[in-house]
Amino acid sequence: MTTQALPSALAEIVDDFLALSEPERLQLLLEFSEGLPELPERLTNHPELLEQVVECQSPLFLTIETEKDDAGRPAAVRLFFKAPAEAPTTRGFAGVLHEGLDGLPPEEILSVPDDMPELLGLTRAITPLRMRGMTAMLGRIKRKVAAASGVRA
Amino acid sequence: MPYPVEQNEKFAAYAHSERLVSTEWLAAAIESGAVANGDLVVVESDEDVLLYETGHIPGAVKIDWHTDLNDEVTRDYVDGAAFAELAASKGISRDSTVVIYGDKSNWWAAYALWVFTLFGHQDVRLLDGGRDKWIAEGRELTKDRPAPAPGNYPVVERDDTPIRAFKEDVLAHLGSGPLIDVRSPEEYSGQRTHMPAYPEEGALRGGHIPTAASVPWARAANSDGTYKSREELESIYLGEAGLTEGDDVVAYCRIGERSSHTWFALKYLLGFESVRNYDGSWTEWGNAVRVPIVKGADRGSFPVAVGV
Repeated sequence: MTTQALPSALAEIVDDFLALSEPERLQLLLEFSEGLPELPERLTNHPELLEQVVECQSPLFLTIETEKDDAGRPAAVRLFFKAPAEAPTTRGFAGVLHEGLDGLPPEEILSVPDDMPELLGLTRAITPLRMRGMTAMLGRIKRKVAAASGVRA
Repeated sequence: MPYPVEQNEKFAAYAHSERLVSTEWLAAAIESGAVANGDLVVVESDEDVLLYETGHIPGAVKIDWHTDLNDEVTRDYVDGAAFAELAASKGISRDSTVVIYGDKSNWWAAYALWVFTLFGHQDVRLLDGGRDKWIAEGRELTKDRPAPAPGNYPVVERDDTPIRAFKEDVLAHLGSGPLIDVRSPEEYSGQRTHMPAYPEEGALRGGHIPTAASVPWARAANSDGTYKSREELESIYLGEAGLTEGDDVVAYCRIGERSSHTWFALKYLLGFESVRNYDGSWTEWGNAVRVPIVKGADRGSFPVAVGV
């Protein structure tokens, strides 16, 4: 695993995590959980537009929207997450993905390695079960992006 | 020195009422300065490793089940030296009164209490209703992390025998004593090998240990997360599940956390002398070679009928 294939914003986040001690990494994850943006109104009023990632131990819902360029090609993927405040670990990882991937073209999101969550240096502090939830969250995003953009994952 | 025990009508009916405290009682103890001066140590133990940091009961310290209580290499709990170091760092001495609370109806809090009991810690109590009830009542939370004066904790070797069952103990127990399976009905019947809405945890076989009665853990709890009354608990465990006074009981779930909640109810609220938590639970049994398994809603029998 290397960070070379990661989109630059995500690579920067990974570097930030790895530069810290384990307790500080958890603190940083907490900050990401606090920074996760609220859903826009059109989605809060339509929860059926969000999909639940059942592999997460806490309720986590997400969806994507694709913005097209002038030629009608998918140019930017917007990510939307919903997770309760009492699930800070799940929210934190959603926050990482949001800050690292929101607004990128489909190809860049699809190039993120599936095991990217393990790069954050949290595998000792966070149970394997939760790490799998994080991996599932990324996998779901990639499948939805692939389906929406016609690009193979 | 042990802190005074709470007296109220609900708790008085339990076999060991000194093991529970209410949110009102804890709030009053905090108000009186008992936590600030170290007479009482409050511990939060959650499933989510970051939940404590989002806000906790004033003065509470955090103990994480995964990083603090489990051994990092072997599937086991920490040893006496590591536990002594952990306890002291949280301001806990051997004679401290410890009150534990947590999320998810106290699953992890009960689990932590059970681990404290493996080390023979005398005075460890559970906050009835846990974190959710405290918050639902609008009680104070803080993000301030206390810096307690180090406790004085000796290195005590764990004594697993009285309250912990290993796979071999369960095999020997089959046919001679009752088992309580506290997982969901779907896990019990073998329809699924993990909790509803929880991910696959890699058990290769589904079903339950022969003869185990199915009593999902939440049957012991009210909707606000507090334990049901003694009378209600008796009708569930003695009535429906068929336990009788003096039984030697083994409880299990998936990894031993939900069954700690039931262990607490059987041991301290109903007063069964011998209750063991099989922490290997389904993630061990459902992967073990040639152990007997029953599928479906019936308890099944032991020895398991073969052939025919």
